[in-house]
Amino acid sequence: MSIWFSIIFAGLINYLTRLGSILIIKPKKMNHMTKQVLNYVPSAVFPAIIFPAVFLNQEGSLVEINDPKVIAIFIAFSIGILSKNLIITILSGLISFWIIIFLL
Amino acid sequence: MYSKSKTFSKGAIDVLPLMIPVVPFGIIFGAIGIELGFGPYLTYATSIIIFSGASQIVMLQLLSAGASSLVAITSSSVISTRHLLYGAVVSQHLNQLSIYWKIVLSYLLTDQAFAVSNEYFKKNANNIFKHYHLVGSGFTLWFIWQLTTVIGIVLGSIVPDELGLTFTIPLTFLALLVNFLRNINHLVVITLSGISSLIFFDAPFKSYIIISSIIALVGAAILIKLKK
Repeated sequence: MSIWFSIIFAGLINYLTRLGSILIIKPKKMNHMTKQVLNYVPSAVFPAIIFPAVFLNQEGSLVEINDPKVIAIFIAFSIGILSKNLIITILSGLISFWIIIFLL
Repeated sequence: MYSKSKTFSKGAIDVLPLMIPVVPFGIIFGAIGIELGFGPYLTYATSIIIFSGASQIVMLQLLSAGASSLVAITSSSVISTRHLLYGAVVSQHLNQLSIYWKIVLSYLLTDQAFAVSNEYFKKNANNIFKHYHLVGSGFTLWFIWQLTTVIGIVLGSIVPDELGLTFTIPLTFLALLVNFLRNINHLVVITLSGISSLIFFDAPFKSYIIISSIIALVGAAILIKLKK
């Protein structure tokens, strides 16, 4: 029962984090500077998910520079800059990762 | 001309490429829930109640490892705090909507739906039905996540470990940044956030995501000030 309670409680807090600022923030009262800073939210949040998943191993230590994930993410990064295309970026990273781990 | 159905469909189509990682991740989550001994109902319930992959996995892993409910809830909640930032961004576009709409849209505000719908909002500010884009992207993601969780629960680990499909998660988040990669300011903020996340990775309750995000946003504010 306590596990169900934990999950419901966690779900509620999780939901409130999504609803909270939508409900409370009044964009008209937001100054220009804040709006400009908020443009950087994807660039500020997503790398904190990307970097540990690529550069750290399961024990939380840095991986080698020639790790397949590191090489593949750099290839995807380069292709992303050139193509500016979401699906090409994902596929280029995944395919280069598979080529490195299966063929090389 | 904009319409509700066209805007909804656009949201669903825009989020589709991001299903490449969501499908294996959902299946892996379903299988992990069963492997950790939570049973089908509890495992599935997390997908509908929490509806946030990273928070769900951390929650079940901590509980199965014997952590107290308080630690599990805190960690799962701290991981979710990034949604506060997403909400602040989209609130600029959803302000005119009724509270009922805000209640529904908030449930659908995941990383992927935020990324694609926020881009749409910026480019289509004059579409009075623009919130249907978030319904389309959010519902598609919700549906696929529920479906794949059930597949994982029923069929188990049908995703071979050797394929390394968990790598698609960082890849997707990188792909969500493609529009910013040619901008030097964004590159600085991306690097700042990434390096901070490696430095603060061991911070308690998985708080490295929100800590790094705040450091990077402070960096962004400094860059904007310097440019003035």
